[in-house]
Formats: sequence, C-alpha cells, structure tokens
Amino acid sequence: MSTRTAFSPGTVPLRGAAPTDLQARALRDLGRTGRWRPAEALFWLAALASFFFLPDQHLLLTEVVILGLFALSLDLVLGYAGIVSLGHGAFFGLGAYVAGLVSIHLTGEPLTGLLLGGLAAGVLGFATAPLLLLRASDLTRLMVTLGIAMLLYEAANKAAWLTGGADGLQGVWIDPLFGRFEFDLFGTTAYGYALAVTFLLFLIARRIVTSPYGLSLRAIRDNALRANTIGVPVGRRLVAIYTLSALYAGIAGALLAQTTMFVSLDVLAFHRSADVLLVLVLGGVGYLYGGLIGAIVFKLLQDVFSTITPEYWMFWIGLVLVVIVLIGRDRINAAPLALWHRIRGGAK
Amino acid sequence: MKRRDVLVGAMLAATTMATGLPALAGGEPLKVGLILPMSGPFASTGREIEAAAKLYVAEHGAEVAGREIELVVKDDAGVADTTKRLAQELIVRDKAEVIAGFGLTPLALAAAPLATRAKVPEIVMAAATSSITEQSPFVTRTSYTTPQVTSKIAEWAKANGISRVVTLVSDYGPGIDAEKTFAQVFDDLGGEVVDSLRVPLANPDFAPFLQKVADLKPDAVFVFVPSGVGAPFMKQFVERGLDKSGIKLIADGGVTDDDILNSMGDPALVAITGFHYSAAHDSEANKAFVEAFQKANPGMRPNFMAVGGYDGMALLYQALEKTGGDSDGTALIEAMKGLSWESPRGPVSIDPETRDIVQNVYMRRVERGADGELWNVEFETFEAVKDPAKSGS
Repeated sequence: MSTRTAFSPGTVPLRGAAPTDLQARALRDLGRTGRWRPAEALFWLAALASFFFLPDQHLLLTEVVILGLFALSLDLVLGYAGIVSLGHGAFFGLGAYVAGLVSIHLTGEPLTGLLLGGLAAGVLGFATAPLLLLRASDLTRLMVTLGIAMLLYEAANKAAWLTGGADGLQGVWIDPLFGRFEFDLFGTTAYGYALAVTFLLFLIARRIVTSPYGLSLRAIRDNALRANTIGVPVGRRLVAIYTLSALYAGIAGALLAQTTMFVSLDVLAFHRSADVLLVLVLGGVGYLYGGLIGAIVFKLLQDVFSTITPEYWMFWIGLVLVVIVLIGRDRINAAPLALWHRIRGGAK
Repeated sequence: MKRRDVLVGAMLAATTMATGLPALAGGEPLKVGLILPMSGPFASTGREIEAAAKLYVAEHGAEVAGREIELVVKDDAGVADTTKRLAQELIVRDKAEVIAGFGLTPLALAAAPLATRAKVPEIVMAAATSSITEQSPFVTRTSYTTPQVTSKIAEWAKANGISRVVTLVSDYGPGIDAEKTFAQVFDDLGGEVVDSLRVPLANPDFAPFLQKVADLKPDAVFVFVPSGVGAPFMKQFVERGLDKSGIKLIADGGVTDDDILNSMGDPALVAITGFHYSAAHDSEANKAFVEAFQKANPGMRPNFMAVGGYDGMALLYQALEKTGGDSDGTALIEAMKGLSWESPRGPVSIDPETRDIVQNVYMRRVERGADGELWNVEFETFEAVKDPAKSGS
C-alpha cells in the first residue's frame, strides 16, 4: 500500500490549499488503479514474444488480436459504462468497409485507411449514441443497437455498387507499411501491425478508464441516478464513451479488412456482435484485459476443436464455454489463483 | 512468392544434403486443402463435397503419379474472412499445394487473391457466380455457373410454347444473376417477362408473391431459390392451387436439390427444372457413383455439390498424371486447361480460355421412381454448354 504512483493524476483539479484527507485518498486510489502490475507487463511481453517465437501462428494470432481489440471496445461501454449492446458489429463492419473502400478509391497506405475507418465508425457512434439515452433500459438498448446493426447490414447488402453486395468487396490492396514492410503471406507484418495498434489503443484506453473520467463512468454504471445527483453529466459522458468505443471497434474492423485484404457482408453479420459479447463475458467484463484474454481463449479453442473435428467443433466449443462460464463465474485470469488457494486449503 | 520459393529451395537443398539422395519432385505427399462450410447454415454443402472427395480418393487410391494425396479438411462455417485465413494457413503453414472446396461465392472470391500470390491452384467445387474464375488465373471450377443453367431454361421455355413469364427469385447475388440472365435470354428470343419478384432470403413468406403470380396469370413462373427454401416454396405453390391454374413452374435445379428432394413429397412433382446434374442421370458412371456414395454414406443421396467435389478430385488426379507428379501451381493449372472426362453428370471439360467447366445442361421433371422415391428425371439435353456470361454466346 505505497503511495507511490506510476503517473500523477494531474487531471484532478486541486483548488485551494493543501489537499484534504479525502482528496489525498482519492488521489492515492486513482494512482493505484493506474499503476502497472507485473502480471500486465508479463502479458504484453508474452505478446511480444509470440511475434518472434511463433512465426507459424501469425495468421491466427492476428485474428486473435483483432478480436481482442474489438472485445476491448465493447468492454469500454459494457464493462465501464454499463451499456449493453448487441450491435457492436455495426461499427466493426463500417470500419472494415471504409478501410477497404479507402484502399480501392483513395490510397493503399494502411494508416490512412485505419484512421478513416475508425473515424467513420466514431461518427456513427456519436450519431447513434443519443438513441441509447432516450429510453435508458437495457432491453431497449439491446433492441436499438441490434436494429442499427441490421440496418447497416441491409444497407451494405443493397448498395452493391459500392460494397460489392453479397459477393464482397473486390480489389482491396494495402501498400507496404511505412512503405517498407510488405503485407506478406505469412502474416508477419500483419501481426506486428495489429499488435502494435492494439497495444497503443490499449494504453490509451487504460489511461482513460483509470482517469477521473473513467471513475465517473463507473459511478454511472453502478447507479446512474445517483451519479446524476452528485453532478456527473450522465448523458454527455455516455455519448463520449460510446463514441470512443465505436471508434475502437471501427479500427478493429479496419485492421481486419487491411490484414485480410478482403471485406464481405459478413463483417456486419449478427454473429460478430454476438461473438464479441461472448468473448468479453468469457474473459470478464470491466477490466480491459477481459476482452484480450477472452479472445485468446475463444480463438484457440476454435482452432483446436475445428482441427480435431471440422464437423462438430461448434458443439464442443459450446460445451466448453458453458462449463467455463458456470465454473469460472467472473474473470478467467483469476482462476489459477483461486485454484491455488483451494489447493492451499482454503487459505482465503 | 519469391520468399516462399527460396524457403522451399533451401528446404529441398537441406534434405538433399542430409540424406545424400537426389530430391525427387514426386517424393513427398501432396496436400490438398479442402475448405468447406461444415457447420452453420450451409453445412450440407460441406458434407456432400467432403463425402464425394473422400469417395474419389477411396475409389482411385491415394496415390497418383507417385504422389500421395492427403486431404486436409477445414471448416469455414461459410464466413469469408475465415476462409481466407484458413487458405493462407494451409498454404503457408501446412504447405498445401492445391486449395479446393468453397461453398459460396464470397468464400471463393476471398481466396482468389491468395491463389494468385502463392501460385496455388484453387478448385471451386460449389460456388456458382460466373465471375469467380476471372478473379485469378489460378482458379478453375467443377461446379456450374448460374447463367449456364438459367440461359438454357429460358431457351427451353420459349421453344415449348411459353411466352409470358414471371420470375421469382431469392433476393441475393445468385438469385439476381438468375433473374437477369433469364430476362435477357428470354427477351432476346421474343418472350416477355411480365414481372420480376424478389423474395427476402431469410425466412421467406411466399404467400403474397404467389398471389401476385396468380393475378398476373403468366404461362409460367421461373423460380430460383437456395436449395433449402425450395421445399416450402413448392408446398405453398400447390396449397394455393397454382399447379391447377395452368401456370407452369420452371426452376433452377437447386430448387429440387437431390439431397432433400425425397422429403419434399408430392408437391415437388409439379416442378420442371434445368440443371447440370441429377442423381437419376442415366449412365453407367453415374449409377456406380450413386451406389458407391450411398454405400459409404447411408441416408445421403449425392447432389450437385457432391458431383462438384467428385469431379474436382478427378480434375486434380488427371492434371497430376499429365504433369507426371509435378505439383508446381502453374504447371498444374496449365495441365487442367482443356482436360475432358466422363463425369457422373455426363461428359465435361475445362474450357482452356476461362478455366470454367463446359457441360451438358438437362431439363428434368420430378417423378416417383419404381423404388417409391422422388427423382429428377432428365428428358431433354443441351450439349456442351459454356458459361454464357464469359463466352458471349
């Protein structure tokens, strides 16, 4: 319980003289949540190591990272702000299509496409966020998000002149990254690229959720009415985080489009939204790593089972997921620790 | 791929040095990556193709021209970016030298750029959109194209006293392809398409559309729906009494898919369809094929998907024999061009210019056979039909 902090929470306004006890405690708590734990460093080191030591798995790992980023984007709204969504695939798909179209009509430069894909999704998020505030019950939010995703799917299906419709967008080609690293068949550049982008976005997300703003979101999640009465501008905060989350999802979609150099209607399909929710619940909501860990578990299970039995892997994965969720309860990363405690004879 | 060539070269060199033997091109097994929808809504496509491809290998032996054929089956669940990733993994990680399967058009299209980059032949065994073979010089096809069949249905209709037609298709890529092809061919022949109706792909309710057909009183209604949807369509067609109203039902053969035809019951009897394969096709090759298929897979009847998978393997085997076991992608695809053989569906060949399949298109009607089962019985043949969308005929 040291008071040392990794970075100073300078955003807290310190009006007047020396901080009171309360303020000091708040500062300390903020600092604590923002401090890097060894396990986190280990996680990212492992990710980095996988780049160098698992060259055969880069393609699969790229998919894992992209799904992880997508789940992280959902975690921002679901885990931190308590907004349930069954239509997050809309932003993912929009980002993918925009990135694909940019590469065809504008430039093959990857970062431009990534940025524009993210921005487009962010704009859509900003435009649709107010709909979520109108009737702030979970059920209506589920319906609204689902509806928006379906609208977008149908729109992309109908606009075949632009999106290629059911056949998918043809002719996506991404130039080498920074003009140097070609997107190779082995997926090495793609993985490095996806990993770096995800890590950067993770850092930003981490900074945001440990900031006072992030705390206010959690207050809203736990009790929106009370948050409102203590002066948190609930509506504005929710719109902001929803927009940010949409931007993240859009970037994840853009990453997928760029690394696979292909976009089809499937990026907007319902199962994307459902899968990402599943992944997030699997990994644990409300703590950034949940999405990433969930994505790793989900994709690896999928890969292993579908290799063993291409016909019935869905059955096995379903079974395993049910078991994990029933036994694991909360967070998958806490399982080893819980097991350890149990072995030690219920020390805790 | 340059880098891949270097790697392969290095590996071969290392093998040679390690064993002290000359590296034989025909030594190692040849991996064929079979990417199919084995789960999800299109699982039946995957099951039929896998069963047929395995049957071909079982019948003809796993070895051809000194190379052992190894099938690696992967499930893409009908999702295009999964198809692409699996194809990439198969090529890069598993060193597959041929990729095959591809249940739907977007899936085949997703893999096409990879085939070009890695110079690996892509054998399309199911997807039917005309443009697929144009996406890469390494794509070839053993299924069929929608315009190939639809254009002949239109010709047959006009030649048999049908001049006013309403088209009714599922609202998706192949359906719209069929609608356009039919309208164009029928129009050129002097027929009239009175109305073009598009039914939603998911959970269609045909009642309002059938009512409209009944009101318009055409000579015939031309139908293109995915195979699973054919059954409810025909049921409603008969329930509303359209079979007795003098309106003929002509359709793409996918509507009376052999896989499910028998479970459709009597309503299926009204359909006249055009297609490239019927399990009831009258030939020695087909009888042997159907018998062996049903023996290996009790309860299943081979359909057009199965024959596509079977012929895909036939094509690969013959190409390998022609190259003497050389599995270089360019050599293989060159060897495939112009090949012709007797398939269970009848005589087929690969068009050397488009790498697309040339085959007979048959007009069939549904009949109850002596065994009490429903079959698509062929009564008229259009011989050696090319894909009209590409050959310009």
